[in-house]
Amino acid sequence: MERLFFLIFASVAVVSALCVVLFRNPVRSALALMLCLLQVACVFVLLRSPFLAVVQVFVYVGAVMVLFLFVVMILDIRQAELEAFFPPRNRWLMYAIIPVITFEFLLVILGTSFEGFGPGAGGETKVEVIGRALFTEYLLPFEVVSVLLLVAMVGAIVMAKKRWD
Amino acid sequence: MIFGLRDVMAVIPEAIVAGAACLLLLVDFLIAKKRKIIVAALSIAAVAAAAFFSLYLVGTDVMWKKVFAGMFVVDGFSTFFKFVLYLATVLSMMLSFHYVKEEDINTGEYYTLMLFSLSGMMIAASASDLLSIYVAVELMSIPVYVLVGFLQKDARSNEAAMKYVILGAFSSGVLLYGISFIYGITGTTELSAVAGALADPSMHTPALSIAIIMLVAGFGFKIAGVPFHMWAPDAYEGAPTPITGFMSAGPKAAACAAVLRVFTEGLQPAYSRWVVIVAIVAVLSLVYGNIVAIAQKNIKRMLAYSSIGHVGYALLGLVAGGTEGASSVMYYMAVYAFMNLGAFSIIIMMRKGEQKGEMIEDYTGLAKTRGGMALLMLIFMFSLAGLPPTAGFIGKFYIFMALIHKGMVGLAVIAVLMSAVGAYFYIRIVMLMYMKDPVNPVETASSRGLYYALAIAAAGTILLGVYPGYFIKLAQMAGGSL
Amino acid sequence: MLLNYLPVLLMSGFAAFMAGMILYVSSILSPHHPYREKLTAWECGMEPVGDADTGHFRVHFFIIAILFILFDVETLFLLPWAVVIADKSISLLAYIEMFIFIGVLAVGLVYAWAKGALDWI
Repeated sequence: MERLFFLIFASVAVVSALCVVLFRNPVRSALALMLCLLQVACVFVLLRSPFLAVVQVFVYVGAVMVLFLFVVMILDIRQAELEAFFPPRNRWLMYAIIPVITFEFLLVILGTSFEGFGPGAGGETKVEVIGRALFTEYLLPFEVVSVLLLVAMVGAIVMAKKRWD
Repeated sequence: MIFGLRDVMAVIPEAIVAGAACLLLLVDFLIAKKRKIIVAALSIAAVAAAAFFSLYLVGTDVMWKKVFAGMFVVDGFSTFFKFVLYLATVLSMMLSFHYVKEEDINTGEYYTLMLFSLSGMMIAASASDLLSIYVAVELMSIPVYVLVGFLQKDARSNEAAMKYVILGAFSSGVLLYGISFIYGITGTTELSAVAGALADPSMHTPALSIAIIMLVAGFGFKIAGVPFHMWAPDAYEGAPTPITGFMSAGPKAAACAAVLRVFTEGLQPAYSRWVVIVAIVAVLSLVYGNIVAIAQKNIKRMLAYSSIGHVGYALLGLVAGGTEGASSVMYYMAVYAFMNLGAFSIIIMMRKGEQKGEMIEDYTGLAKTRGGMALLMLIFMFSLAGLPPTAGFIGKFYIFMALIHKGMVGLAVIAVLMSAVGAYFYIRIVMLMYMKDPVNPVETASSRGLYYALAIAAAGTILLGVYPGYFIKLAQMAGGSL
Repeated sequence: MLLNYLPVLLMSGFAAFMAGMILYVSSILSPHHPYREKLTAWECGMEPVGDADTGHFRVHFFIIAILFILFDVETLFLLPWAVVIADKSISLLAYIEMFIFIGVLAVGLVYAWAKGALDWI
């Protein structure tokens, strides 16, 4: 049963990943990427990590893809500009590199033994473990992250607001 | 209680700086545009308070113990670097008083962003866990990204910020990937535990080599070593000049501290794997930085390439290893802060009204029009070139001694040769100032902050050059703790 | 434990199905007679001038997106906190720590508010 769900999620993820590359309209590509990332979140749930699934949806789909869509919609990338930047006669290098990298990936993945890499055992749920560790062991990075978020906020507002009028 | 008084006391300096920055963010709204110097004065006061507490912590029982579950440690090494960072920040802030009015960027956020960056740098110097180091390096870099792009009207500044942000974000990703590999191999991110796990030779898988390469790449970007230096010349040229000074002294020293800790404490059992890579980066930085600087016409760009060269010297100190190597890097970073900020303060003095003072030819004949300035520039240039009796000479000498004592004479020879090559473009400026006649009339800025900063930088450069003993002993005591 | 998440999957699947069906069925059942005048962009009754993408982009969208991301990540940190706050051994500690976290981000909120980043002008 779990295997069936995994097959569904994995196949939708692969198909939507292909769609990202094959669609002509960049907005549709971005939406296909969103779908792919949502499937990855579902796979995280299957791996008994619901917190990671939530993080994936919040951060990747909710934040990163929104910014992607912003850029895609602001910068209307026309085919002609794309051709000027990456002309068809230069594409042979890309067509040569991609099979090599794919072959390397396959070699590494098929050659590694994945014993003992299954989903974690039951007991305390993962969110509790993460929560407990966050407030005891990893307290310092946690508080530094709050200052980091503040700095990002100040930085974004300082950069985006015009100051000379 | 899991955390006690010792944990809280250990982070008091960082808490003061970060807390003051948060407070000043809000207080800034109450201060009129003409009086933003109050924010600057308050930030310098905050740094002074943090320095006082850092000094107070020396000798208490907070020192030398890991707090916050192994994430943070206050030892001689971190205290030494913190004082270098305090110095770099205070000098940069003093240099900014005049510059921000001149360029019309006189806002409170300028100083609060520098304070936030300082807090990140302080944590990076004290962090004893890969995760803390990563988060602290991010905290130190993000305000600098913003500060580099602070001149909104200048296209160069915007371009510099964009390049720096994109390359910085990418290299942070590479660094984090390397850290995750280390975690995968050893099962922990705390540096002493990583060293303990790597002591077993069966752990030295090919994955470890990949992890080391990624760590070198990630950190190499932060300190602008070749071949990860692409952002440095543009960022240094486009940024507001006090920020260029700040960038070259502060984040570089903090990243060097992090590199020293990670490689000498965490990856020590894998010494043979990383020493070759780091030595290659060091030699490439030396050669590239010193040679390309010769062709530069913009003095800020030239100082950027010289900064790349100086990173080469610092990395050679890391390659030498041991107490002597570590303390030579620490001393070099202290010396570098003084002399680089001194050089940048002269450049800022030349920025007045329409005159930008950024091209090397603007300094022609300065000795006849502004004798005092030319003399100070001579001191800083001689120090950067490594001529006695300035601090730069002692810094380089100490690094070469560390290399020779470890038997790496070849590297020392390359460093000395490149030092001679580098002397060319530093002495060229001195020659232009003293041997040529002035072409254009020169206006210079006069601001008390600038004068104090110049005085401190010059005093430091000369003092560390003629009387280095006390400071070298400090560096050795601090470096011995590694 | 996975069975707890089946309702979530069913609900999101059903929502996606509904949305898809609405769009698909309406595209089948609607009349489709396009001609040139119907397909041009609406510009208050005039002939369209220029392109939409080269127009004036309000940077304020970007500030709103950034503020959203930052407070979103803050909410993300609240999730594991909510799960462990009931545990007596660390609840006081976690409470204080989370309030420091929220306090720092509250400074950011006040800053954004006072700077006018939350006004839509």
